[in-house]
This record gives sequence, structure tokens and C-alpha cells, in this order.
Amino acid sequence: MGDAGSGSTLIRQRLWPVHVILAVGAAAMVTPFLWQLITSLQSTSESTSVPPHFLPSWKWGNYSQVFHDTPFADQFWNSVVQTVVRVLAQVLFCSMAAYAFARLKFPGRNALFLLMLAVLMVPSQVYLLPQYQLVQNLGLLNTLSGVVLPGLFSAFGTFMLRQFFLSLPNEVEEAARLDGAGTFRIFWSVMLPLAKPGLISMGVLTVLWSWNDLLWPLVVVNNDTKMPLTVGLATLQGEHLTEYPLLMAGSLLASLPMILLFLAAQRRITEGIALTGTK
Amino acid sequence: MPAIESRPVAAEAAATGSASGRTGGPAGAPRRPLAPRPRFSRAHLREWAWGYAMIAPLFVGLVLFYLWPIVQSAYFSFTEWGAFGGQEWVGFKNYSAFMSDPQLPRAAWNTVKYALIILAGIPISIVFAALLNQVHGKYATLYRILYFLPVVSMPAAVAMVWRWLYNGDYGLINYLLSLVGIHGPHWVSDGRYTVYALGVVGIWSSLGYNMIIFAAGLKNIPRQYYEASSLDGAGRVRQFFSVTLPLLSPSIFFVSVLSVIGGLQMFDLVLMMLGKTNPALADSKTIAYLFYEDAFITNNQGLAAAIAVVLTLVLLALTALQFRLQKRWVHYG
Repeated sequence: MGDAGSGSTLIRQRLWPVHVILAVGAAAMVTPFLWQLITSLQSTSESTSVPPHFLPSWKWGNYSQVFHDTPFADQFWNSVVQTVVRVLAQVLFCSMAAYAFARLKFPGRNALFLLMLAVLMVPSQVYLLPQYQLVQNLGLLNTLSGVVLPGLFSAFGTFMLRQFFLSLPNEVEEAARLDGAGTFRIFWSVMLPLAKPGLISMGVLTVLWSWNDLLWPLVVVNNDTKMPLTVGLATLQGEHLTEYPLLMAGSLLASLPMILLFLAAQRRITEGIALTGTK
Repeated sequence: MPAIESRPVAAEAAATGSASGRTGGPAGAPRRPLAPRPRFSRAHLREWAWGYAMIAPLFVGLVLFYLWPIVQSAYFSFTEWGAFGGQEWVGFKNYSAFMSDPQLPRAAWNTVKYALIILAGIPISIVFAALLNQVHGKYATLYRILYFLPVVSMPAAVAMVWRWLYNGDYGLINYLLSLVGIHGPHWVSDGRYTVYALGVVGIWSSLGYNMIIFAAGLKNIPRQYYEASSLDGAGRVRQFFSVTLPLLSPSIFFVSVLSVIGGLQMFDLVLMMLGKTNPALADSKTIAYLFYEDAFITNNQGLAAAIAVVLTLVLLALTALQFRLQKRWVHYG
């Protein structure tokens, strides 16, 4: 890997085995998706033929059947609401707290920060039951609000944004302070715009996590029309156990928004993740 | 407030007193604590107030939904729940019930096996990250996208797809195996194979994530190390082991800590790929699955809380152990 610059043909010659291995690996990574797509466009009998059909027969009807047989549209909408509300709340709450932890001095700051980190150290099973009881006591079982609520607050997001605020230069803030801007003004109109790349990375990771979250919605909702897609898929699988084309169409539709988001924000996502690994 | 306020002032004065006495203060001035500097004034109090105000919304949520629940779970683990609510203190009964649960050895072993399989994915992702770093331009972007797709895909959906691929009668995998004369088993309904089948999905799902971390780590290795070692006559394989691996060790450490934490909490795949009525479920349960059953299916909340506490302690102990051991093999900078 150290000998770049010794002639491009030489590199190309040396690189072909690399490309072969990477391409084979990539094929293995993508095959499940291709197979999902192919099956989703076949009839049930085609999908269970031996040897298998390798070509789709363009049964787009499977996709409309998903919407027809299950409250897929409701569930899709629930996933959207759940994700949007959580992201907005997390960006607001986490960025405020992150700014305070990074830039303001107040007694107990470090102790409170450590307390917050404790949340990151324990597995979700520890707070799941009490969360369930709390939501139950609030009368929010089987509601979308109940699903959304605990995810409005994130220790991870705050931690990530704090690191980002710490990496920003002090000068702009000082200048604004000398101009007489108050703390919240500085945070809102000076620091937040500067932190935009960090906010976007954190927001995108929150979208991914929230869209794909399974365990919490699974325990809080059991009403078909109130659940997000993750739980909806589990139900779909239970009810249409062997209708593989239908299952593949549903699962593809459920994954699609995140795949599109990833394609659109590919650089931002991978950079955000690389960031969490190097801090 | 003044009581709290005076402490840092006094400390400040003690720390700076001698220096300012010599340089700043007028000679012969009475030796009294310095007057509070402006940052302990009203502006300072205002900063405190803003600090608390800005963390308050987050902390209300964290306390209600995360911090207090941790305390509650610890308490629940020592109680038994009546049919109509209300808890009764039962000491360590839940813990001993958990320890003597006939399902425990199998579930613990499955959990460990699963974590080990995920760890075994690390070398694979290092190799692919190293290969990826040799490629540039549009190919690199394309590979990165393809390898990363599983990471962004909904695990519930991924599980359904793999369940279909693994299908014993019509699945693609057994068809491909039949081409080379192997009669594949029912991967996800035969308890002898489920953990490995799920482990493969786990590696497939996390490979892209790990590769991104390792690729970033590899980029940070200074070129000179490679130049120096090739001057010393080291070949590529030798370089990989004597330069790349040691300098990548911080990333390897980070990924292994995350892998152990994730592997030991394995749940989504068991639930989604096997389903609640699968005959292989009894042989494939993990600790996290036992928790889910006790907490939300059989309503044995005290026992579930005890499982959560044990799981937490094991995770903390393993993470602490990894941090201790890292001194032996992780090289920083």
C-alpha cells in the first residue's frame, strides 16, 4: 500500500486482484437485496419452484397487495412521524445540552455529564420495563406518542454534539459576546449554524436508528394501525408466513426510505460514523 | 448562593495570591483576599442559570426515561409482582431463579457463541477495509455504498430476507449448495444451525460499519512507516502484520468493544428470523431473548429485571476487562 506514484499502469496491474476480491465481496453483500427484489416481483408459486426462477415476472401487483392486505400505509406514516418528531426533538434538546456541556461553566457540570454517560453504559433492557410502566401510567400504551416519547432524549446525541462543539474555535463566540450578545443568542444564531455539519451527521444517525427501532415499539403497541413498520413487518410475517413475494415486497418498501437517504447523504453518513470511531 | 460562590473565589485567591502579590498588586497593600473578579459576578451567575436551563429539557427526559428506570430496575430485581400490581421484597430469589433456570446454560452459550462469531467478522472487515483503501475515485464510492447498504437497511426487513434465503426447501442458499452436491439443512428451523446462520447475518450486517471505521483508521497511518519498512525489505504481508495491525489497534479495540456489547445483546434477529413458534427457538434463545420473554410475555417482571441487571454487570465487567487488556496490545499514536 505504500507504493503509489510508481507509474499508473503498474498500479492498475497490481490493483486488479484487489478489484476482483472487492467485487466478489460486494456481490455477496448485494445478493440478498437482489434476491429480495426478484422474489418480490414473482408469483408465490414461481418463488417456491425448484430449481428457482432467477428472473422476475414483473408482478408489481405484489406491492399494491401489501397496501391492500395490511395497514401498510398507516404503518409507513407512523414510522415517518416517529422518526421526524424524534429527530427534531433530539436535535433541539441535545444541541442545547451539548452546548452547555461544551462551553458554559456551572457547578456540577462534570458530574451531570458523567451521569449522562451512565445511560450509554447500560444495555436497553435495564430501562425497558420501567419505561413501559411509565408509558402505561401516562395512559399512552398503544399510541404513537407512547412509541415516540423515550426517543425524544438521547445521551448519545448529546455526547456526539458536545464533541463537535468542543472542536469549534472560540473566537467567533468571543467576538459575539463582546458585541453584547447573550448566551442563548450566541448559541442560537452563532454556534448552531457553525455546528451544522455535526447536527446533520447526528440527525441522520438518529433517523436511521429511529426508523429501524424494533424492540420498544414492539412492546408498546399491538394495534395494527398504531405500530411503525418494524413491528408491522413482524406481524406481516406472522400472517403471511409463506407468501414470500408479499413478504419481500413489504420488507423492500420498508427499507427503501433509508436506502434512498443513504444514497443521498452517503458521504455525510460514512464521515459521521468514521468520526464516532476516532474520538 | 454566596456560600457556594465564596469557595472558588477563595481557592482562586489562594492559587494566584502569591503571584499577584509580587507582580500585580501595589506594594504594601493589605494582604486580604482579592476582590471577586467579574466572572464571579452577576454575569457569572447568569452563565450558571443558562447552563442549567439548557440542559434541563434533556435531563428531565433522561431522568424520567433512563436514569430513574435504571434505579427502578435494580429495585425490581429484588421484588416479586402481585397479580394486581404492588411489589413484594423477595431478596435474591429472582437471581437464584435465573441462575437455576434450565434455559440459562443454553442461552448463555448461544449468546457467547454469537458474540464470538461477530468478533470473527473483525478480521474480515480489516482485510476488506485495507483493500478498499487501495482503490480510489468512483470505484471506491461504489464499493463503499454496496458494502454499507446492509447497515442502513431495517434489521426487521433484513431478517425476513435472510429467512427466505435460508429457507430449507426453496431458499437460494440451499439451491447454490445443491449445485456442489451439498444437501443443505433447514438453517433457521434446526436448532443445530440457527446460531451460525444468525451469526452470518450479524457479520453481513456489521461488515460495512466496521469497514468504515477501519478505513478511517488506516488512512491515519503515516506513509513514512510503510516507506521505512519497505526500505528494510519488508514485503506487503510482513508490512500488514508489523505496521498496519499495530497502528490500527485503537480502531480494532473500538470495534471489538462495540461488537461484544452488541453481540451479547443479540435479540432482533432471533425474534425476526425465527419467530415465536419456531421449533428451533428453544435451542436458539439468547439472554436478551429470555429477558424479553420474562418481561413482556410471561409477565415475570422481577425475574426480567434480575436478568437485565446481570446482563449489565457482565457487559460492564467485560468492557472493563477489555480496557485493562488493551494496554497489552493497543498502541496509541
